[in-house]
Amino acid sequence: MNGNVNMVGYGLAAIGPGIGIGLIFAAYISGVARQPESRGMLQSIAILGFALAEALAIIGIGLAFAL
Amino acid sequence: MSIRLAAEGSGGFHSPGPADFEFPALFGHGTFFTKPMLIIVLGSLAVAVLFYLAARRASVVPGKGQFAGESVYGFVRNSIALDAIGHEGLKYVPYLATLFSFIAVLNLSGIIPVLQFPATSRIAIPLFLAIISWGIYNAIGIKRQGLVGYFKNMMFPPGIPWPVYILLAPIELFSTFFVRPITLALRLTFNMFAGHLVLLLFVLGGEFLVFDKGGVVGILAGSVSLVGSIVLTFFEGFVQLLQAYVFTLLTALYIGGALADEH
Repeated sequence: MNGNVNMVGYGLAAIGPGIGIGLIFAAYISGVARQPESRGMLQSIAILGFALAEALAIIGIGLAFAL
Repeated sequence: MSIRLAAEGSGGFHSPGPADFEFPALFGHGTFFTKPMLIIVLGSLAVAVLFYLAARRASVVPGKGQFAGESVYGFVRNSIALDAIGHEGLKYVPYLATLFSFIAVLNLSGIIPVLQFPATSRIAIPLFLAIISWGIYNAIGIKRQGLVGYFKNMMFPPGIPWPVYILLAPIELFSTFFVRPITLALRLTFNMFAGHLVLLLFVLGGEFLVFDKGGVVGILAGSVSLVGSIVLTFFEGFVQLLQAYVFTLLTALYIGGALADEH
C-alpha cells in the first residue's frame, strides 16, 4: 500500500474538529429555532466558533503536507 | 498556472503537492521577484487606490464607488469593531479595516483569472500580520494595565481558588502569548493552502482524465471533475472572505480582551 502515514494522521485528526463543528452548528440551529430574532447575534458567535474549531483540522492538513 | 510540462506523456498523473506553491523568479534567474510577490504588490496597490478613489470628493449622497468603500469600512466598523470591542474600538477601526481589505484582496487573488494564486497561502504574509496584531494587542494591554498588571490579570484571573492558579497560570500565559499569534497565522495560511490544493487537484485531474486518459470513462469523469472545479471556485471565494473576516474578528476580540480591565 503506497501512500503516506501523514495522511492517516490527518484522517484521525479530522475526527475531533468534525464533531466540534457539528456541535457548534447544532447549538446555533437550536438557538435560532427557539428564538428566530436572535439569528443575527448568534451568527457571528457561530462563525467565530466554527473558525476556531476548523483551525485544528486545517493545521492538520497543512502539517500533513509540510512535514 | 499549470506546472505540468506540455511534453509529459501519459506517464501517469502528476498529483499536485506543496511543490506547486514554489515559483521561479519572473524577471531573470538572478532576481528574486516571483509571482506571489507580484500579487502582494498589486494587492496593496489595489487596496490603497480603491479606498482613495472611494473617499475622494466625498458627498453626503454617495455615488457608487463611495457607497462600496463605505460599505466595506462600515462593515468592519459596525460588525467587527463595535461588536467585539465596544465603543473604545473606534480607535482601532483603521487598522482593522486595512487588515480585512488586505487579507480579503490577497485571498481573492486565488480565484481571479490571470493571477490564480492566493498570496496568503505562503506563510510569510499571515505570519507578519499575526505578529503585528500580537504586538498591537500586547502593547494595548501593557499600556492600559501596566506591565506587571497585564501579566497578573492574564495569568491570575480573579475569583478562582488559589491552588488552581498553579495549573492555570502557565496555560494562560502560553495560550495568550504564543498560541494566539501562531494559530492566527496558521489558520489563514493552511486554509488558503488547502483550498488552492483542492482546486488544483480538480482542474489538473479533470484535464488529465479528459485529455490524457481519454475514452468514454475518462471524458465523463473528467467533465464531472471540471464542473466540480467551477463549483469549488465559488465555494473557495466564500471561504477566502470568511477567513479574512475571522482573522479581523479575532484580532478585534484580542484587542478587546486586552482593553478590558479585570471584571
